[in-house]
Amino acid sequence: MTLLDVENLWVKFPTRQGVFDAVRGVSFTLGRERLGIVGESGSGKSMTGRAILRLIRPPGMVSADQISLEGVDLMQKTEREMRDVRGQRISMVMQDPKFSLNPVMTVGAQIIEAFRLHNKASKSVAYAKALEMLEAVSIRNPERVMRAYPHEMSGGMGQRIMIAMMLIPNPEILIADEPTSALDVSVQRQVLDIIDTLVKDRGMGLIFISHDLNLVADFCDRVLIMYSGRIVEVCDADKLHDAKHPYTRGLLNSLPRLDAPRDRLEVLKRDPAWAEAPSVSARI
Amino acid sequence: MSMLSVKDLNVWFGGGRDRVDAVKSASFDVAEGDSFGIVGESGSGKSTILRAIVGLNPTWTGQILVDGHPVPKRRPKSFYKTVQMVFQDPYASLHPRHSVDQVLGETLFLHGFSDIEARVVKLLDDVGLGRDFRFRYPHQLSGGQRQRVAIARALAPEPRILLLDEPTSALDVSVQAEILNLLTDLRAEHGLTYVMVSHDLSVVGHMCSRLAVMKDGEIVEIMDVADLRAMQAKHPYSQELLAASV
Repeated sequence: MTLLDVENLWVKFPTRQGVFDAVRGVSFTLGRERLGIVGESGSGKSMTGRAILRLIRPPGMVSADQISLEGVDLMQKTEREMRDVRGQRISMVMQDPKFSLNPVMTVGAQIIEAFRLHNKASKSVAYAKALEMLEAVSIRNPERVMRAYPHEMSGGMGQRIMIAMMLIPNPEILIADEPTSALDVSVQRQVLDIIDTLVKDRGMGLIFISHDLNLVADFCDRVLIMYSGRIVEVCDADKLHDAKHPYTRGLLNSLPRLDAPRDRLEVLKRDPAWAEAPSVSARI
Repeated sequence: MSMLSVKDLNVWFGGGRDRVDAVKSASFDVAEGDSFGIVGESGSGKSTILRAIVGLNPTWTGQILVDGHPVPKRRPKSFYKTVQMVFQDPYASLHPRHSVDQVLGETLFLHGFSDIEARVVKLLDDVGLGRDFRFRYPHQLSGGQRQRVAIARALAPEPRILLLDEPTSALDVSVQAEILNLLTDLRAEHGLTYVMVSHDLSVVGHMCSRLAVMKDGEIVEIMDVADLRAMQAKHPYSQELLAASV
């Protein structure tokens, strides 16, 4: 079943040198699955995530034939109506917890605020709900964490708090923008497992934005590969290593591998034609 | 004869109740022309070792020998002609209002070179940037180009040991490949000795011949990369790390 249907999405920024297209005609659908978006920095993957929530500020412009959430076009909604979508129905986990948590509010107050914004509930109910959510993201000693400020938390804990906060309104879609790139390898796995169980248990759709090919191949069901604002290839995550597009192949080959030592790593040779070719549709 | 030898190194921060022992009796040797890796999670003290060697953490005890000579607490200028460091974040390690020419020229001047003009051009050629980049400012460069400038700056005094603190972790994989290839070439050309810190086992596996695994300030295991490739880690923590990265 399709949760989200994005058709012909463009994100443009006017500059002194003319209009810059950050995202160029991207189309994809999202069901109750884990969809990965990979690409280098500047390929437009984060912009795609933000554009879905209409979080691109002017002078940036978003245009699309449709961005429909269960049949309702988000492009037609007013800014006020969008506020009910953000957080409540689609929520987003950003890259670095250091910059996304409010430094002068306790963790508890922030999570409770997120819950009460979308649900009519008393403070005590919200408190209990927040505790439960912190436990769900496997934070030990949640009472203490509720009283703590973000600077007292490690990166991994901060990211789990972010996930708790984003999932407490029970959204249908979670957009995770590089949720683990600020974290250690060992903590990365834990955070991914938490996202995975929560997404599965709640039957949510997940858009997982990352630059790490192996991680995405491991974690997602379907992968979109983006290059200079376009989707160059779509494939099933377990078949990513048999990808055909020279860009995807180049990215895969540029990774050092423990099991296949080489003297020199392959360097990606960019072909201007990749940027010109029309975007591949990932709509089902 | 080892080029760099660290014996019983302890590094701590703070004092009294708040004392944190960041590195606890670490010892390792790096042979001349060799490349040694240090891996571990953040907070395990791997960068602290490099910072202690180069003199950025004054609170340490133990012995550091460079080319057989013990390093004193106050490092003489000659020390920095032998040992140089490349930092993790190329966005933060270059002066935003100094052009590439100023960055390299100042380093060369401070180390007493007279033919600065020719050397700046040579350094830029060495790191594959070319002279077009000479009068650019850091904000006009991409992440990979900045890291190349940082490497050129480290190479300016013609060091024999290069300490690399996560040199590619802020870069895209395609750019990472370019920088790692550059480092491989430079090592062969200049006969450099590397100590490379990374959280990425496959990067260390590619670049180094031996590596140390750190956890909570201690070196739990030193092994050859061949053993790493054969998945023959002895310590349970290294096995865990290895399992997580394959």
